[in-house]
Amino acid sequence: MSKLKLATVWLDGCSGCHMSFLDMDERLIELAEFVDVVYSPIVDAKEFPDEVDIVLVEGAVASVDDEKKIKKIRAHSKTLVAMGDCAVAGNVPSMRNPIGPDAILERAYIENATVQQQIPCVVVPKLLKVVRPIHEFVNVDVFLPGCPPSADTFYAALTALVTGEPLDIPALTRFGA
Amino acid sequence: MSDAVEVKTLIIDEQEVSARRGQTILEVARENEIYIPTLCHMEGLSDVGACRMCLVEIKGSKKLLPACVATVFEGMEVSTNTERLKQHRRTILELLFAERNHICSVCVANGHCELQTLGQEQGLTHIRLPYRNPQLTVDASNERFTIDHNRCILCTRCVRVCAEIEGAHVWDVMGRGINSIVITDLHEDWGSSSCTRCGKCVQVCPTGALFDKSKVGTDHPKNPEFLPYLNLMREAQ
Repeated sequence: MSKLKLATVWLDGCSGCHMSFLDMDERLIELAEFVDVVYSPIVDAKEFPDEVDIVLVEGAVASVDDEKKIKKIRAHSKTLVAMGDCAVAGNVPSMRNPIGPDAILERAYIENATVQQQIPCVVVPKLLKVVRPIHEFVNVDVFLPGCPPSADTFYAALTALVTGEPLDIPALTRFGA
Repeated sequence: MSDAVEVKTLIIDEQEVSARRGQTILEVARENEIYIPTLCHMEGLSDVGACRMCLVEIKGSKKLLPACVATVFEGMEVSTNTERLKQHRRTILELLFAERNHICSVCVANGHCELQTLGQEQGLTHIRLPYRNPQLTVDASNERFTIDHNRCILCTRCVRVCAEIEGAHVWDVMGRGINSIVITDLHEDWGSSSCTRCGKCVQVCPTGALFDKSKVGTDHPKNPEFLPYLNLMREAQ
């Protein structure tokens, strides 16, 4: 059997979900029997591949760049997993929603800056008015809440996805877990 | 009228049970160890049927009834866990999560929250509705406690415990519909209100809306067990 192509993506999140993914430790070697990591912040691929079997998406959609990425990811992936509370529910990045992006930019780049007080207009992608979970942009196949989901949750979920066994997510994790 | 207790027999989830006249479906179910999820209900307080988590189906009736306030009648046939009810319960929870800013990961009640626990128990993995992201205030003017309206689900347990048990009636609800909020006195700061600082409201709050300032981070279990005990002691006097 050829190995499944696994990708992981980092949108507006803290990378904690990726850390927790790595916390699977020696079980990663076991999983490597079944999957090849074809794209991830922790491998050296620059472009999202054309065909991916399972993609784990960390982070909410907060900028025009995130929105572009999530649509591309969806178009090229069979199973899309919303990984962690930011991807599933907006979580901490969405805490700016009641006050809006202008207030956040003002605080970060003007009020709290001691030199070069200016709001970036090039390179840094434009922020969306509201941070949203990824299922408000694209169809999501599996929701894995948790902040972050534990290594055990990752292992159970990935094992089920690779083998096609049934997956009972509320038994594994919850919002804020 | 006779003083003898009038006994009703009914069926809950295909189990024959007996009840006293005037008992609620929830009381009878709990006596018989039949689980019905609840959120605004609290042992020791009056019931208001606010959250609708305890809705049950009654044979012969199209209407769903809240088990916490609906009383039993002879021959009643109750279903507590049908697919339709499960769907309604999930939707109710999703509405609650979407209505205000419930960020479990950074909430003082993370791990000790009845909304969070119910969400998991009812199989919620995400919220299908768009989040409202309302701008809400936090009142930390009380020297011991804080109210964070972002986490409030308007169960009114605080209102009831303050009026019924403490006898102070500092808490009440202001506004209508989605604009409702709980207030102290006539919408004064909690710190300058007539609050007795007993802390009962904090203990009965199901979420992180009311919390004790002296507790650090998520180490904030609530202890509402004092309520039935307190009532028992008062009745004995």
